[in-house]
Amino acid sequence: MVLNMGPQHPSTHGVLRILLELDGENVVKAVPDMGYLHTGIEKSCEDKTYSQAITLTDRIDYLNPLGNNLAYCLAVEKLLGLEIPKRAQYIRVMMVELQRISSHLVWLGTHAIDLGAMSVFLYCFREREEILKIFEFVAGQRMMTSYIRIGGLALDLPAGWRQRVEKFLKMMPGRIDEYEELLTGNRIWIGRTKDVGYISAEDAVALSMTGPTLRAAGLAYDNRRVFPYSSYEEFEFDVPTRTDSDCFARYMLRIAEMRESLKIIRQAMSKITADGPFRTEAAGIIPPDREKMKTEMEALIYHFKIFTEGFSPPPGEAFATIESPRGELGVFVASDGSPKPLRVHFRGPSFINLQALPKLIEGKLIADVVACIGTIDIVLGEVDR
Amino acid sequence: MAENSNTNVVVERLRSWSPNAISEVIEFRGETTIVVPRNALRDVAERCRGDKELQFNLLSDATCVDRYPLEPRFEVNYHLVSIPRRARLRLQVRLSSDDPTVDSLVPVWPGANWLEREIFDLMGIRFNEHPDLRRILMPEDWEGYPLRKDYPVEGYRDIPTSATRYTRNRP
Repeated sequence: MVLNMGPQHPSTHGVLRILLELDGENVVKAVPDMGYLHTGIEKSCEDKTYSQAITLTDRIDYLNPLGNNLAYCLAVEKLLGLEIPKRAQYIRVMMVELQRISSHLVWLGTHAIDLGAMSVFLYCFREREEILKIFEFVAGQRMMTSYIRIGGLALDLPAGWRQRVEKFLKMMPGRIDEYEELLTGNRIWIGRTKDVGYISAEDAVALSMTGPTLRAAGLAYDNRRVFPYSSYEEFEFDVPTRTDSDCFARYMLRIAEMRESLKIIRQAMSKITADGPFRTEAAGIIPPDREKMKTEMEALIYHFKIFTEGFSPPPGEAFATIESPRGELGVFVASDGSPKPLRVHFRGPSFINLQALPKLIEGKLIADVVACIGTIDIVLGEVDR
Repeated sequence: MAENSNTNVVVERLRSWSPNAISEVIEFRGETTIVVPRNALRDVAERCRGDKELQFNLLSDATCVDRYPLEPRFEVNYHLVSIPRRARLRLQVRLSSDDPTVDSLVPVWPGANWLEREIFDLMGIRFNEHPDLRRILMPEDWEGYPLRKDYPVEGYRDIPTSATRYTRNRP
């Protein structure tokens, strides 16, 4: 029998369609079908200036907008050869790690609800709300922040940010313990996730999997550690790995990652000084200070030029990668020396990790399909772009 | 610089294996691009993955750039990662518009499957011996390749004029 799962199925986390060929309750063959959310973001980027395209990046992986901003900005900054002030780099790290926790919380909540644990979902979204409030406080937006800009940040941190983040850091460890109490020893949870969705490390690498799924298979490949960006080499944190490579291992791994992220945020907070630049200075690329714009002729001209025609990086190509909550997020930007990018390409980790789904579920029970989709942690906005 | 020593290792290793494997080496912003002749791509890729001193075991990304109206028009880029060596490399193949075909790298890295399908779907590059070369993001019956430069951003659909807008709902 061929069963059509999706595109409107609650546990496909969006609009993913999977054609399941079944033999009784066993999956013989699985063919994912996507593209329902394809909006042509890469094409749209080619029609925007480099700065305008940032707002589009927010909408790719909508659970990780700050990470997308960062990856895109890193690529353009590489193209331009810009140096970012340390303070801005630390703020970026703090924001991106907060984002990682919020993304993992959405993952945990929805994954648990897929497997029948309703209450965890409510707990997770309670804490995520706190993070979104911090984002709103800092950037003025809960989700599509566009806070990280080429050359630094959109705004400096507002007064009182330290207390807010501090409060969150105090609360969060206990809350993670709470989730663990609900799930880690839970017999139904273990029954649904243990020994489900196994993939060997060799297969995972061959299928280009990255992120928690690869680390749960025993390979400590984390861009923050292997190819540090944004001063991650100055931070002390562990890269958790597991070896059992099943859904339960991936759950434990993401829980451990949340704790590591808290450590990184704490370190970043102590590194962020009260005063200092929040973006670099580069005439013709970074908008000049408001004050200068009103008093200096040259600054006014630059301001006008930046917001009308944009800036033109030298011809060339750059590929920047970050560790998004889902894996290696890469942005490829090619310039032909004009103010609009020649090509922008996003290496969406969800898209590439999803490729391994048939490998995870073929030959297994249909009930495990839901667990396996959840455990890869896909965001359809990123799969389809 | 670590990046440069990586370049030397890779370039020397590939040159000593086959003098025709590399047609150009580009260094830009600390990234190495090795331009490979079209017919040598799969052998070079196989070498990059299998060679004891290169070990590019992870195919991170594959993408394509359209340089229309220049020729050769398409540049297919493969971004490789060596996890044990902590190194990155970009392999590039240039294809002309009259024959945009190249050997698929699925036999080397199975993960190339969807990446190449995406390039086929949006850019119209054909990959020889690809096991499942179908459209992946666009509908199956879509005409044209949207990411090509000669494809308009707003698509080919007719924009309703004021005349059609007013008459549409009238009997």
